[in-house]
Amino acid sequence: METPQSGGRAAPLLEVDGVTLAFGGVKALSGVGFDVRPGSITAVIGPNGAGKTSLFNTISGFYRPTGGSIRFKGQDITSVPAPRRARMGLGRSFQNIALFRGMTVLDNIKLGRHAHLKTTVLDALLYIGRASREEAELRRDIEERIIDFLEIDHIRHAPVSALSYGLQKRVEMARALAMQPEILMLDEPVAGMNREETEDMARFILDVREEWGVTVLMVEHDMGMVMDLSDHVVVLNFGQVIAQGAPATVQTDPEVVRAYLGSGDVDELRRRLRTSGVTEGSA
Amino acid sequence: MMDWAYLFEISLTGVAGGGLYSLAALAFVIVYKATRVVNIAIGEMLMAGAYLFFTFAAMFALPIWLAIPATVLGSGLLGAMIERTMIRPLLGEPPISVFMVTVGLGSVLVGLVEVIWTADQRRLPEFLPAQPIMIGDAFLAPKIFWGAVIAVIFIAAVLLIFRFWRGGIALRATASDQAAAYSVGINVPRVFSLAWVFSAMIAAVSGIIVGSIGGISSSMGVFGLSVLVVVIVGGLDSVLGALIGGLFIGLVEALAGAYLGGEYKLLATFIVLVAVLLVRPYGLFGTHEIERL
Repeated sequence: METPQSGGRAAPLLEVDGVTLAFGGVKALSGVGFDVRPGSITAVIGPNGAGKTSLFNTISGFYRPTGGSIRFKGQDITSVPAPRRARMGLGRSFQNIALFRGMTVLDNIKLGRHAHLKTTVLDALLYIGRASREEAELRRDIEERIIDFLEIDHIRHAPVSALSYGLQKRVEMARALAMQPEILMLDEPVAGMNREETEDMARFILDVREEWGVTVLMVEHDMGMVMDLSDHVVVLNFGQVIAQGAPATVQTDPEVVRAYLGSGDVDELRRRLRTSGVTEGSA
Repeated sequence: MMDWAYLFEISLTGVAGGGLYSLAALAFVIVYKATRVVNIAIGEMLMAGAYLFFTFAAMFALPIWLAIPATVLGSGLLGAMIERTMIRPLLGEPPISVFMVTVGLGSVLVGLVEVIWTADQRRLPEFLPAQPIMIGDAFLAPKIFWGAVIAVIFIAAVLLIFRFWRGGIALRATASDQAAAYSVGINVPRVFSLAWVFSAMIAAVSGIIVGSIGGISSSMGVFGLSVLVVVIVGGLDSVLGALIGGLFIGLVEALAGAYLGGEYKLLATFIVLVAVLLVRPYGLFGTHEIERL
């Protein structure tokens, strides 16, 4: 799974440096630091409550860190508000699917392009010029690429609330892609999916990187998938990075093993981790 | 034997008057839909708009075509100020707190109006044509008719704007899912401001029409009471509910007023309210999950 870029010396696309996040006296994250290389697939793993989603929300700007900094394309974005970060190229999906219910799949995907549009009230009322040109361009872009790519052509006009969980996750990913992000952030992209859906999603994630050149940062519980796809794995426990590196290195790290099993039979867990395909589920 | 022509005439008046309810209800629904704030001061915002119009048209003696846009702009500014100073700081507080603030907002607006313009009843300058309108054999009071026409025009404009303008789309998206809206780059706080600005503008237009029909006073905010009935019957977050609810309540009021007597108007609307709540607690067209206050 190594790509030329991920091993190389290219400047990191995203740098998380000493990020600390406290809710009152509770430290959700303390001194978290790692880099995301351009063109890589980076995974954040860890037991439940380790702070993975908090970390995601901090990176996408929903939470303001109490300490540390986040740099994106070399620019400090620690105090940039969430919507601006989205427009700068950080697209994301959510653990508990955040789609515009009551709208169709196509409308949802179109809204991903919303930030790039420049239609004014007058244009919209008259529905001429920029509005219609943009609309046409937008449609082509979406139809020819994202919908085809994610194989959701057949549900294009279906209301999202009527779709299966797996398909909703896919629509969410489509919407994030429509933003033409530089980093696609996926929060548990295969949680609650069956084997077939998981394999589809894994294929999409790989293709996003290969065909679209989009860097992927994901939080995932499915060990098998993380180990198969990732170039770089960051392990969180109690809000701290306890290990990071290539998947093979990380899965033999005694600290990681202990975090996942508590104390106990370390060799047994190693074996389980190695026969990847084991679903971590609710660790 | 029933007098069908009379019934037709009354119904027509009711529906035409209901158009005004629809417009004011739209002002309420926009804020509720986007921000989940129950704005109990909607009647007072309508009053504020009417007084602004009075100021521009009667005190500054501006021509009507200038006074109306000036009122709409001024009210938009008022809406932005309300959002920024009273509502925004309460972001993330429980709905009941924000609700109570809007109760206070109503009192503040009434107080301001009484301080600036005194509590006396005033008349707005006549600007609606005064020739009686005949539809078939039915007579329709010209002010009601033209008021309804203006309401319909504004409702159509608002619906078009929200359908095609990206700010309108952003508002619909925010209403649907805030986290998702943030994640696609929509500036959610700005959408909140926008909702209040639009709401205040629409309320002002309703205020101008209501004031032109019945005069203005610091107690004209009670119109908001009927508007609340309309939005609760229609479903707090439903634009369609606001429109149909407005016409329906207008009709009920007119029929009750004509056949039972004017004092039964409010009684009839509130009986309708209770009946609707018994059958459909979330309103005729509302979404099922509505927070308790």
